[in-house]
Amino acid sequence: MAEIRNYTVNFGPQHPAAHGVLRLVLEMDGEVVQRADPHIGLLHRATEKLAEQRTYIQSLPYMDRLDYISMMCSEHAFCMAVEKLLQIEVPIRAQYIRVMFDEITRILNHLFGVATLGLDLGAMTVFLYGFREREDLLDCYEAVSGARMHAAYFRPGGVYRDLPEAMPKYQAQHTRNARTLEDMNRNRQGSLLDFIEDFTERFPKCVDDYETLLTDNRIWKQRTVGIGVVSPEDAIAWGFTGPMLRGSGVAWDLRKKQPYEVYDRMDFDVVVGTNGDTYDRYLVRVDEMRQSNRIIKQCVDWLRKNPGPVISDDHKVAPPHRVDMKANMEELIHHFKLFTEGMHVPEGESYSGVEGPKGEFGVYFISDGANKPYRMRLRSPAFTHLSAIDKMARGHMLADAVAIISTLDIVFGEIDR
Amino acid sequence: MTPKLQRLNDRLLDVLGERVAALTERLGELTLEVRAADYLSTAQMLRDHPALRFAQLIDLCGIDYSTYGDRPWPRERYAVALQLLSLEHNWRLRLRAFCPEDALPRLDSVIEVWPSVNWFEREAFDLFGIVFEGHPDLRRILTDYGFVGHPFRKDFPMSGYVEMRYDPEQRRIIYEPVTIEPREVTPRVVRDAAYGERE
Repeated sequence: MAEIRNYTVNFGPQHPAAHGVLRLVLEMDGEVVQRADPHIGLLHRATEKLAEQRTYIQSLPYMDRLDYISMMCSEHAFCMAVEKLLQIEVPIRAQYIRVMFDEITRILNHLFGVATLGLDLGAMTVFLYGFREREDLLDCYEAVSGARMHAAYFRPGGVYRDLPEAMPKYQAQHTRNARTLEDMNRNRQGSLLDFIEDFTERFPKCVDDYETLLTDNRIWKQRTVGIGVVSPEDAIAWGFTGPMLRGSGVAWDLRKKQPYEVYDRMDFDVVVGTNGDTYDRYLVRVDEMRQSNRIIKQCVDWLRKNPGPVISDDHKVAPPHRVDMKANMEELIHHFKLFTEGMHVPEGESYSGVEGPKGEFGVYFISDGANKPYRMRLRSPAFTHLSAIDKMARGHMLADAVAIISTLDIVFGEIDR
Repeated sequence: MTPKLQRLNDRLLDVLGERVAALTERLGELTLEVRAADYLSTAQMLRDHPALRFAQLIDLCGIDYSTYGDRPWPRERYAVALQLLSLEHNWRLRLRAFCPEDALPRLDSVIEVWPSVNWFEREAFDLFGIVFEGHPDLRRILTDYGFVGHPFRKDFPMSGYVEMRYDPEQRRIIYEPVTIEPREVTPRVVRDAAYGERE
């Protein structure tokens, strides 16, 4: 009889289903995974060390580049940690804007997560649909910040500027005739809030479409039900947060349990799974999109009725208004000091976590009173989730390892930091 | 201190007793400091004692205090800080332990208590050189294969020591001494507390 040996497979770092630069060393017994050893760090940029050499405002844009699928949630944790150290109040309108964009980010992330899970398992169509809606939301990012992804919109003390009164429109081009152009610009006639409201009106229908494609699909269920099952006890012990924890049936959501900003005023439900498999986590993500949509609607209603400042008027922290800066000596000095020396944060330490789309994203600062953090620590959810892949993938087939990587919803920007 | 935090504070003092080296509240967060010898047993109690139940470890990170506040640091240089979460009581707690011996910082591994600490301890070992005794698989995690040094220590330069490029003659990747000149765009300034206030 021939000798049968286990062999090792290098999965990635150039494999399209590795979601970036994951090098997964798999020890296989035939088609069955015996051991999975992820090698990470191929995207390590030492963001935590870089922040020690930069002022707080200079470090903020690095947050976008961590989890480049859910940009503003990382910014949010950063701003909250700085604000806690400084002990400053954020204007209420800024809090609503933050919550609204957190939820827009959640939809962005879950669309991407569900769409790529579909793509990895061979369901190409949902990927195309998902990216269609993402495009609209990225336009919202662009309208407020000027950048589609790396927004740097949340700042310590509030948000950089108020929501724009007009939504940018598509321009005429030789590839578009007049009627196409009119169609494309139909929901862009009013302000950004009008555009977002229009989005919330049509989005539930879109979610129904994704569900028609996947939820009851027999092949989809064969590929996801019973794959990567995590019991609630294991999910807690392995440090899971976010949809990974809720998929296993633990009703833990920081937005409800430790509400920050104005989440305590929002009406939404925490979505919980039962079996803790890939299929349940998919359902949790889909339903969270519907809940986020509800929150965005409530924010839009409030923001329409309540104008006001969107950033703190403490000019030691937030820049003064541009017009005042040009006309006023005091404001000019503040502006100059803020953008050269930066803000001085009192000595102390603070940890702030937000319920990011992937799980708890936390920022931990140790400040010694300088204009730069003494130590910045980023707690990324995907790092912990990926560390459990060995336990989750053991005993599954190679093709299911792909589903497990995808259901973890990992992004290497934040795992390697 | 809020009543909720006060309750946690009292329970910690009650349950841990002698093990508490320091317990401070600041900005609505409790920080518990323990001696290195008590670190593992305290972790076990924090997780298992019914009055505490810190079932989830959110984060563990290494810290190098050697240049803190631009003045000589009076005590051990390396520490680890853990962010703990109790799902049952909805509490957060920060646990800190300083590593004895600056030359070879060592600490017990808490992997038996919280399995999720696995990669966090590998990371702290990789970046700070803190050795966790009892960790089953203490390899480097984020830095390159064959990396020398611990990059997040304060005496490790921002630009590192080596850079890498493809050498077309040898037809392979080679390492060379770094050619970046270190520069600091915005200087680091520590102001005293009363700076800028009127007389």
